[in-house]
Amino acid sequence: MVFPPKSTVKSKAKMDLTSAALDQVPTFDGAGWADKARAAARDRVAAMGLPVGRDEYWKYTDPTVFTDTDPRFDGAVAASDVFAGADALTVTIVDGAVTGDLPQIDGLDIQSLADAATADIHWAQDTFGVLEAAGQTNVERPLAAMTTALAQDGLMIQVTADIPQPLRIVYATAGGQANVHHVVKLAPGAGLTILEEGLAGARAATNMEVAVADGARFDHLRVVPVVAQRDLNTHIFARLEADATFRSFTLTPGGAMTRNEAVIDILGDNATAHIAGACLGDGDFHHDDTVFVTHDAVDCESRQVFKKVLRNGAKGIFQGKILVRPDAQKTDGYQISQSLLLDDDSQFLAKPELEIYADDVACSHGSTSGAIDEDALFYLRSRGVPHATAVDLLTLSFMAEAIEEIADPDLADIVLAHLEQTLSARQ
Amino acid sequence: MLNIKDLHVSLEEEDKEILKGLSLELEAGKVHAIMGPNGSGKSTLSYVLSGKDGYEVTGGSAQLDGQDLLDMDPEERAAAGLFLAFQYPVEIPGVGNMTFLRTAVNAQRKLRGEDEMSAGDFLKAVREKAKSLKIDADMLKRPVNVGFSGGEKKRNEILQMAMLGPKMCILDETDSGLDVDAMKLVAEGVNALRSPDRTFLVITHYQRLLDHIKPDVVHIMADGKIIKSGGPELALEVENNGYADILGEVA
Ligand SMILES: Nc1ncnc2c1ncn2[C@@H]1O[C@H](COP(=O)(O)OP(=O)(O)O)[C@@H](O)[C@H]1O
Ligand SMILES: [Mg+2]
Repeated sequence: MVFPPKSTVKSKAKMDLTSAALDQVPTFDGAGWADKARAAARDRVAAMGLPVGRDEYWKYTDPTVFTDTDPRFDGAVAASDVFAGADALTVTIVDGAVTGDLPQIDGLDIQSLADAATADIHWAQDTFGVLEAAGQTNVERPLAAMTTALAQDGLMIQVTADIPQPLRIVYATAGGQANVHHVVKLAPGAGLTILEEGLAGARAATNMEVAVADGARFDHLRVVPVVAQRDLNTHIFARLEADATFRSFTLTPGGAMTRNEAVIDILGDNATAHIAGACLGDGDFHHDDTVFVTHDAVDCESRQVFKKVLRNGAKGIFQGKILVRPDAQKTDGYQISQSLLLDDDSQFLAKPELEIYADDVACSHGSTSGAIDEDALFYLRSRGVPHATAVDLLTLSFMAEAIEEIADPDLADIVLAHLEQTLSARQ
Repeated sequence: MLNIKDLHVSLEEEDKEILKGLSLELEAGKVHAIMGPNGSGKSTLSYVLSGKDGYEVTGGSAQLDGQDLLDMDPEERAAAGLFLAFQYPVEIPGVGNMTFLRTAVNAQRKLRGEDEMSAGDFLKAVREKAKSLKIDADMLKRPVNVGFSGGEKKRNEILQMAMLGPKMCILDETDSGLDVDAMKLVAEGVNALRSPDRTFLVITHYQRLLDHIKPDVVHIMADGKIIKSGGPELALEVENNGYADILGEVA
């Protein structure tokens, strides 16, 4: 089987942009394991080149705001408290640096990358930058390699038991650029829920590499704060072994520019991966969900559910792919991306893709873009619900399928309440 | 209560007149029925009164207790006491029936400048009213009308009516698609709400609903107008002879 070869010819503009950017990046001559991984990531960036608008993978989203030397926004963003009531273990990351004491409980070993990097050898070294590098196989993701090279801090999390309490990561920033890199390694049968909220920087880049061993569980819930002037690019690289489950949900209720990439490799039989997102865009808002799920084992299930509600010229993008390798029989793959456009100025562009090399699979995908249902709107208003509230109810109605992807009902309630509050605050 | 004078309504999209000078006077505490052949404009009348888009009022007026309905937003008409039980209730996935009801009740109260209903009072009221309409807890939790049978949808309309307590209730073919038992439940629900300061306009095809909800006045509507009004016996006449005789007699 031949996958399309990567283009090796890079434009001069791309190479100039890249070398200028790499001039700002240290050369990492340290002998430690982390610096070696960073040096390799730096080399990947040099080889791939930074993204430019002409790249196929950046057809709908202009990468300039991420590659410009200086961030365009510089406002502070306070720590958010959406999950404050969730009885979680909390870690705070301020301007990209882990602060305060880290929780240590049985079965959960957490270190900061800054500390871990000083060791000669470390358990994270077979994962740190490794899943990211593997995630470059089918499509180049130079921003992720750049984040691996630049991030000086983040959490190295090793899980050896099923931890009932969620781990909550709260970001805050005084402004400027922040790069954060997390590694989560789950031993066979282990389990962890991570809650992420806040913003690491006015321009923030985060990588999260997640290795989910046999029968392990990983749940991820992310709520981005309502801050208009910020740019965010995130990457999740997940590797699933047999019987593993992975679930990730992101709520983005605002923000100028977001690119969330997720690369999920299902390598073990009977594993499940769900990735979902809901966003509310108003005005200067561009939100891009780019997902690549690879099925490379038998009897696995994957779901991608993305909902975008857009108004006042907001723009939503979805690029989602399911790749089913020849041996991945009995694959059950589902992908849906939908937008609700509240006016004619807003726009949704979707590129759903299925690439299937196995013959006994059930994969479906769909993408729709629609206006508010006038009959439903009238029905609600005829019961006395004011126009704006009725639109909000229909917004919640539209997003329900994505929110249902949150496995824990209490956490789902928190997200829903937060969404309702955000909606009523913006009327 | 509701005064409709010489109402002329056309479709906004095409130049087609649907209501062609319709007048009705509904007194407080009375039940009026409208019967008429398919396409005579009965649903259009109910939609125009409750404020649906897509219709253009080219003449006439409609007043609810002296207030001009036609200038108001649909939600204002609801808060003023108008309720339409839909011929085809709309499904709203992802919004729980209970959430919907509470939002509607409190929105109306707010529009009228009243306090919100406490969660406890609301629950108690819903449970009691749902019980008499044989609506179980599961139906209350499910998304609005999603997966409901025809009869469940219509019972749900009556539950909303009971919770909102409007003074002017319009029922558009609430009996269509109901079996006899479901129709009885719906009729009981309506009868329980009858009061000296509440008026009903019951739109129906069939006499059988009117066996259970006894009308004071029956109107026959054809081609966008009321062509004949009378007592309950008019409904029986339609049941026995169809509309042909009446239409012929007027023509
Ligand atoms: N939105 C619409 N678009 C096109 N035609 C309509 C619309 N609403 C009503 N009509 C037409 O108006 C007439 C009356 O319809 P309706 O009010 O539904 O009658 P009834 O409820 O008495 O059966 C019919 O000829 C119907 O086709
Ligand atoms: Mg009708």
